[in-house]
Amino acid sequence: MTNVSMTVNGKAVSGEVEGRTLLSDFLRENLHLTGTHVGCDTSQCGACTVHVAGKMVKSCTMLALEADGGDVSTIEGMANEDGSLGVIQAAFQEHHGLQCGFCTPGMVMAASALLAENSSPSEAEIRHHLDGNICRCTGYHNIVKSIQAAASALS
Amino acid sequence: MPKDNGIGASSKRREDVRFLTGKGKYTDDINIYGQTYAYFVRSQVAHGTIKGIDSTAAEAMPGVVKVFTGADFEGIGGIPCGWQVTDRNGEVMQEPAHPVLAQGKVRHVGDPIAVVVAESLQEARDAAEAVDVDIDELPAVVDMKAALAAGSTKVHDDLTSNLCYDWTLGGEKADVDAAFENAHHVTTLDLVNNRLVANPMEPRVAIGKYDAADEDYTLYTTSQNPHVIRLLMGAFVLGIPEHKLRVVAPDVGGGFGTKIFHYAEEAFCTFAAKAVGRPVKWTADRSEAFISDAHGRDHVTKIELALDENGMFVALRTDTMANMGAYLSTFAPSVPTWLHGTLMAGTYKTPHVSVNVRAVFTNTVPVDAYRGAGRPEATYQLERVIDKAAREIGIDPITIRRQNFIKADEFPYATPVAVEYDTGDYDATMNKLIEIADIAGFAGRKAESEAKGKRRGLGINCYIEACGIAPSNLVGQLGARAGLYESATVRVTATGSIAVMTGSHSHGQGHETTFPQVVADMLGIDESMIDIVHGDTSKVPMGMGTYGSRSLAVGGSAIVKATEKIIAKAKKIAAHLLEAGEADIELADGQFTVAGTDKSVAWGDVTLAAYVPHNYPLEDIEPGLEETAFYDPNNFTYPAGAYACEVEVDEATGKVTVERFAAADDFGNVINPMIVEGQVHGGIGQGIGQALLEHAVYDSDGQLLSGSYMDYAMPRASDVPSYVVDHSCQTPCTHNPLGVKGCGEAGAIGSPPAVVNAVVDALADLGVTHIDMPLSPNRVWSAIQAAK
Amino acid sequence: MYDFEFVKPSTVDEAVAALSSEDAQALGGGQTLIPTMKQRLASPTKLVSLLGIASMAGVSENNGVVTIGGATTHADVAAAGLGAVSTLAGNIGDPAVRNRGTIGGSLANNDPSADYPAAILALGATIVTNNREIAAGDFFDGMFTTTLEEGEIITAVSFTPPSAASYQKFEQPASHFALTGVFVAKTASGVRVAVTGASEEGVHRWTTAEDALNTNFSADALEGLSVSPDGMIADLHGTAEYRANLVKVLAQRAVASC
Repeated sequence: MTNVSMTVNGKAVSGEVEGRTLLSDFLRENLHLTGTHVGCDTSQCGACTVHVAGKMVKSCTMLALEADGGDVSTIEGMANEDGSLGVIQAAFQEHHGLQCGFCTPGMVMAASALLAENSSPSEAEIRHHLDGNICRCTGYHNIVKSIQAAASALS
Repeated sequence: MPKDNGIGASSKRREDVRFLTGKGKYTDDINIYGQTYAYFVRSQVAHGTIKGIDSTAAEAMPGVVKVFTGADFEGIGGIPCGWQVTDRNGEVMQEPAHPVLAQGKVRHVGDPIAVVVAESLQEARDAAEAVDVDIDELPAVVDMKAALAAGSTKVHDDLTSNLCYDWTLGGEKADVDAAFENAHHVTTLDLVNNRLVANPMEPRVAIGKYDAADEDYTLYTTSQNPHVIRLLMGAFVLGIPEHKLRVVAPDVGGGFGTKIFHYAEEAFCTFAAKAVGRPVKWTADRSEAFISDAHGRDHVTKIELALDENGMFVALRTDTMANMGAYLSTFAPSVPTWLHGTLMAGTYKTPHVSVNVRAVFTNTVPVDAYRGAGRPEATYQLERVIDKAAREIGIDPITIRRQNFIKADEFPYATPVAVEYDTGDYDATMNKLIEIADIAGFAGRKAESEAKGKRRGLGINCYIEACGIAPSNLVGQLGARAGLYESATVRVTATGSIAVMTGSHSHGQGHETTFPQVVADMLGIDESMIDIVHGDTSKVPMGMGTYGSRSLAVGGSAIVKATEKIIAKAKKIAAHLLEAGEADIELADGQFTVAGTDKSVAWGDVTLAAYVPHNYPLEDIEPGLEETAFYDPNNFTYPAGAYACEVEVDEATGKVTVERFAAADDFGNVINPMIVEGQVHGGIGQGIGQALLEHAVYDSDGQLLSGSYMDYAMPRASDVPSYVVDHSCQTPCTHNPLGVKGCGEAGAIGSPPAVVNAVVDALADLGVTHIDMPLSPNRVWSAIQAAK
Repeated sequence: MYDFEFVKPSTVDEAVAALSSEDAQALGGGQTLIPTMKQRLASPTKLVSLLGIASMAGVSENNGVVTIGGATTHADVAAAGLGAVSTLAGNIGDPAVRNRGTIGGSLANNDPSADYPAAILALGATIVTNNREIAAGDFFDGMFTTTLEEGEIITAVSFTPPSAASYQKFEQPASHFALTGVFVAKTASGVRVAVTGASEEGVHRWTTAEDALNTNFSADALEGLSVSPDGMIADLHGTAEYRANLVKVLAQRAVASC
């Protein structure tokens, strides 16, 4: 076991991990941050999407030790300080951008990464950006709409 | 103006807040003190005899608690099937044993053989590799036609053949045959309804727990119907009395049918928890899901449509082989029969309809209900053959459908295939479709596509489905081994807030939002005073769960009935408080008023009186305000609609892109339009997936070639367009109190034929008449080459 | 996954030393290796991350030669303004994969359906390792095989920008890898056409097309050519004939968009 330390949602954390411990396992099991979900084992579904150093990554395809010393954000850190929904989260609720909720944390993290680098994405850009985030419930229609609404609200 | 509360309001979903903040509680998020981890050793071959299992090395590995094999389950019940189909000769179907862990033979890749229970998942997995299983591989039967051929290898030695049943429905054969012989034109089509994997984004999880002090069991599981699991596992597998077994299905990450069924892993974890004296947790990874979740569809069909000289349908004849896989999953036998044959009339007045279905065992994962379950297969073949017929006889695809519709004034309408549609207006949805799909603008858009070097096609489809499953006395005659009612308890507190316990489970459908809208509307109070409790058999005494678009039509109706009982009792209390006759009490906007006066008491006054009965008619009624109701429907509901799809086809590569998609549905009354539209969007997404992308493919040895997202193409955001959906055509259901029909499966039923019809339309002038789903680029390209 | 030791050196020399132990393996972004290990299809005893080596990350241009560090992510290449190479990088996998996956990792793995090998071969790029430079034509050695030695690390890739180039990718619908991809580049030494995803031999040049295009650089110049399906990959998603068709169609489209 090796000690790993990082900042998660602005808080310094550390824990004992094996070489093979995935970042998603560290978040879910060591830190009990179970909002990050695991939906596949081939790095495609994106339910496990988090940000490392401000960039979206799949936490099931990154070792916890690779994030040592890094700055990690998860869905649990996306609400406003008073606990109310952040702009992107609120847009997903307003536009029914989620159903079962399982892919949702990954979708919100992906949307947030997109809007950080492109404040007014086209529908095609949004859809392309979601290539690595699979939703089985919504047919994507309302996810796209939610992200468009969030983009308007943020600009 | 849109409503902001109650029935008809697009109330925002209250469950969203926890899902959007990472606070949802899914089964894998649950960890119980002292829990162990299970890892399944599964068959790598499709068919074989187990010569021996040596687990001694595995048992000696670090962290291993116990290794289980089939021997541990000798004398334990098998996984039961919930439906017994009777065949055309009056004989019951062949029903093989379905052990929790393999007994002597394995019958599909993924069949569980042994399980390692260990202190950690990694240790369990490490040790699983050390379990030495000696298997004599046998020839596998994968293709259904080969499985039915004389002399085929049998999946089950103790059955007479691989035929589960040979079932028929509809008109007398002689009448149907005569109609075909005398027909002006007959259109024939051979087609395949492709095998799919449901793929809810949350893989299945089960956690078993045994309390030795109370001798009771708890199972946490990713189920659409915890009460059904309690019934099947408790009564038929493990022999646990119902009051000693609690089943909890917390937040569940999508189901789409595949989480209806009772699975071996649930029974294993519950059984093993007692055997090892500690909780046992199993979490599937996606690769395991592909070989252990029940698959969907997988029909091979020949359909023939006979028409007269005016293009009126005179007879329909269809013959299907339906894959059951290696064992009968919970609802499997009902899917190609009563959920499929009964819909073969579609929205049309075809006088003679004959359906034949042979269900076949193969060395593949069991096949069962997947979103739509039987109805997509019926709609697909019917609407494809109609489209082909229209082209052959030169009638426009809208006209041919419209002229054969059952008309709005012809309901109730008894079809030749055993069902009676209560209400509908198929011209209305077709008219709406023509408007919202801008059919008139298609020619212009086609010209634009052609200018870009692309072919463009328009596909039309009409569907009908039977939802609100199901009338218990009817389905009992048809072979269901359970009642399919729903129950609800409405518990009003002293302060007037309400908990509604429902047996309908929500795993994305938004019941926590929609059901309070119904109760709020009936009582005239704010939705926020009402909470829904579901998914835990210890909190909700009885239920049958969520599938077949039944939650609102059946579960919602039970809530209405229970709320009506609440209102009746509350009026008695109000009458006492107001010193008036019970018959004179009116309830509106949360106030009980003496009719024609300004005397009233508020909802909260009445609920307080019910629990603080100082001034209360104790001689007439008991204190308290809690009522339970069961609702058993007296018919199915029949949602219907018309769909249009426009595609572009790149002739050089065969790549199809869906450019436009429009859906005009009749769901009867609608409680929450936002949620209804979301359900349709999701169904369309899955339907486009079936039509263009998704395919579970086995090789001839029974190996699943598309066993991960690397090869099983899930629809992504860039594979689908935005959709135009409309539900303003509403012919309310005539036999449930809400007038609702159900909307969960419509999109998945209505969209595949629309997509395929569109692609064939785009390629028709080349001579392409049919392409089997999924219409992958390669298949489309090959069809073009073959036609050239 | 089987367990392993994880190390993250900060220099190439340290990485080379760490890789000298038995069953050690270099780790770029891990976007292929980690899923493979999760399936227990690979079992290195030590993973040597190359992402801590600052000298291996980033894109630079010197005297008309572009150099991409071996540990540069696809996202960084996509953002580097390298024309067709950036476009290619911006369509690898998905955004999360592009934030982790590296050019060196992709090339060392040489997946027959990967995108980068087509660009590297068409550009006539040079693979720079810790101890030598390898011409692209000498680097790829069939599916999942390269001429890299045990423990050798790709520190950079360099190439002279082409006067025109285009990469046309036809995605496998499930994985979004290239079912077939064709990279056409006009280089100082002539037109080069490289094909990925199609051949059982892995990435390769379509020299007949190059000859035709050197005479007449237009999509029409390829019209009369035919691609043999012999030796093409056949799988669930495409027959050999289909892939052969795609090679020609995509090559023509690449030329047209150069």
